[in-house]
Amino acid sequence: MPFDDSTDDTTPDEKPDKEHDAKTAPTPPSRRALLGWGGAGLALGAAAAGGAMAAVRDGDTAAPAAESGAAVPFHGRHQAGIATDVQDRLHFAAFDVTTEDRAELVQLLKDWTRAAERMTAGHAVGEGAYGGLPEAPPDDTGEALGLKPSRLTLTVGFGPGLFAKERFGLAERRPAALVELPKFPGDNLDPARGGGDLCVQACADDPQVAVHAIRNLARIGFGKVAVRWSQLGFGKTSSTTPGAQTPRNLFGFKDGTSNIAGTDTAALDKHVWVSEADGPGWLAGGSYLVARRISMRIETWDRTSLQEQEDVFGRDKGEGAAVGKAREHDKPNLKAMLPTSHVRLAHPDSHHGARMLRRGYSFTDGTDGLGRLDAGLFFLAYQRDVRDAFIPVQRSLARSDALNEYIQHVGSAVFAIPPGVRDKDDWWGRALIS
Amino acid sequence: MRPVRLSVVTATAAVAALTAVTGCAEKSDAKAGDGAVQVTAADDSCEVSKKEFPAGHVELAVENKGTKITEVYLLFPDDRIVTERENIGPGTKAKITAEVKAGSYEIACKPGMKGDGIRQKVTVTGGTAAAKRSPEMDAAVAAYRKYVQTQADETLPKVKVFTDAVRAGDLEAAKKAYAPSRIGWERTEPVAESFGDIDPKVDVRADGLETGQKWTGWHRLEKELWQDKKLGPDAKALANALDKDLADWQQRVGKAEITPTSMANGAKELLDEVAAGKVTGEEERYSHTDLVDFKGNVEGAQHSYELLKPVASKNDPALVTELDKRFAALNKLLDTYRDGPDSYEFTSYEKVGKAERKELSDGVNALAEPLSKLAAAVVK
Repeated sequence: MPFDDSTDDTTPDEKPDKEHDAKTAPTPPSRRALLGWGGAGLALGAAAAGGAMAAVRDGDTAAPAAESGAAVPFHGRHQAGIATDVQDRLHFAAFDVTTEDRAELVQLLKDWTRAAERMTAGHAVGEGAYGGLPEAPPDDTGEALGLKPSRLTLTVGFGPGLFAKERFGLAERRPAALVELPKFPGDNLDPARGGGDLCVQACADDPQVAVHAIRNLARIGFGKVAVRWSQLGFGKTSSTTPGAQTPRNLFGFKDGTSNIAGTDTAALDKHVWVSEADGPGWLAGGSYLVARRISMRIETWDRTSLQEQEDVFGRDKGEGAAVGKAREHDKPNLKAMLPTSHVRLAHPDSHHGARMLRRGYSFTDGTDGLGRLDAGLFFLAYQRDVRDAFIPVQRSLARSDALNEYIQHVGSAVFAIPPGVRDKDDWWGRALIS
Repeated sequence: MRPVRLSVVTATAAVAALTAVTGCAEKSDAKAGDGAVQVTAADDSCEVSKKEFPAGHVELAVENKGTKITEVYLLFPDDRIVTERENIGPGTKAKITAEVKAGSYEIACKPGMKGDGIRQKVTVTGGTAAAKRSPEMDAAVAAYRKYVQTQADETLPKVKVFTDAVRAGDLEAAKKAYAPSRIGWERTEPVAESFGDIDPKVDVRADGLETGQKWTGWHRLEKELWQDKKLGPDAKALANALDKDLADWQQRVGKAEITPTSMANGAKELLDEVAAGKVTGEEERYSHTDLVDFKGNVEGAQHSYELLKPVASKNDPALVTELDKRFAALNKLLDTYRDGPDSYEFTSYEKVGKAERKELSDGVNALAEPLSKLAAAVVK
């Protein structure tokens, strides 16, 4: 499953329109315009010449939903960033809560919520990035000025540590399903790349927008939380939009073609959202997230014969069809695959129908000092109960998956994902903490 | 301590410029304040819209019409920097602000960011800004000036213990006296660094040297003592020079320009110093006495803060509550590495593990973030 990430892309007409700049954007958020990877000088120049920016960032109207690079609504029954069509880029951060003061934690979650409302709508944090008191550092760090909202979503989760006894008085509210993951065979987990009391998943079509969001939330959090680890993802490996091209992972394969579609409310209710009956009540409408940093032995894989590569996955490399099938989305015949093949082991039919909504991203953190890519898959999967989904599936994969020769799990974390923020008065975790 | 270039920037904020240096990109239709001085920089010219303007809040509205990246300085007659802005790209605008007293100055544009630049002499007339300061602020500044002087006065004898040991060739005594000789300097570093010429002589690290610059000062001797484990042929001369340069500091420190804003910014800069050099173990890479410097920086920042607190607590009581809490937390954390309550013997930074360093770094971030808001709370 870890590798089973697949699916489609946003439809072409939803691609952010890079030509659509701040000046022509009528009212609403448009932060594109100025910044490519060109750098600050360029941005400054554009900003200086523009004047449009102020109007744009001050405007408070929501973007037309259909507009390219538009905003994804922040408020709702569920948090955005789960069933939302998968964006191109990721910045994921896990935090340790450093304060021992419950009131400070509450204030932080409120401050984060308000900042997230602004950033996801394409606005700068607080009083903005310029124009304030010259003696004070600006509230917003500024690198997203002139960029569109880029479908930024910010999704918050609560790790097991938050519910520890004698900490914030939340021990009784810890969900039974928020279990520490067992150690799986082959795991080589680095504690500095796993765990965390809180997490924020920032997804956007523009990497600078995602990084800006995490940076500003971290800044707001200084003194209350500290970043424990973070991960950039440069390319999505899954999609929640069925019917389009399935993104490939760094091994060159389409994978996870049977991901849950963001529009499939029945499947979401069955496999992703925690129900009232599941409990606890504060989590209804929420979910659970498993994050795994999976290192890929790129160079070794690249020397592997095509036949073996296809056998390992259980599908062909070109089309992505399961063994013996013609098309990617043809229903696989699991028995036709080797018992150790990845698709067979990960398939819901091998796990009493267990499914997860996968939202993983490829990452490359440069090279490893031995001349090899430090790359892999940052696996993210949302599910209704990890005990019925990730844990049994990963147990089976860890034991038998032929892919294990080429991968290693090096980071791991699990979080309870609270339901969505309902409105301007609501905040992340209100039902849990207040 | 830090690369020379940075010291110069610090000088701006800490001393000469009475407010923070805030170059920022502006919208073209933004009204450059009514009295703004337009500076039009090109590859071979530097034109100013007026050569005489009143003292107080001065705004330079810079436009780079050239093809090269430029930088613009407002300089005292002796080239001491009042304020400056780097990296102004071709076709862009920037705003530079400072509180400036009456006197003669020069505006310099440096196309390509090199050389002495193209200069324009300007005159600042009258005097308004400085007069507006409240008695409370004046008291804070006076108290801080005294503190800075006391630190220098008390440092010189400690430095002499160190340099005497070096001159006597007593390695162990010199090592023992090294870190204590630096504490007063570390507490007041932004002021010391405001004299652009002293810091590069006494506190530069090997990586901060410019081409052709001779390495002198504390860290050169630190390397000989801990890394080379023997004093080189220049050691005596280096010790003499350190005495002399620090005596120069002691002489001049009282004349430093100090304002409430520079005090607040200086406090934040001390935490920047910790974040940039101490928490990483770069500052004292041979002696590993980083935590002594760390403590000195925090003490200096706290002293500035305490003096500004009466003003800040009126303007921003929540900030004061926050800062009190964060200073206490960081000091408490530092105490766990300290030999005794009043001791300046700290655990060797070599022995401070990765997780502990992160905890220290988190503590610095937790304090530095609210501390960056102190200047605004003081001028509000």
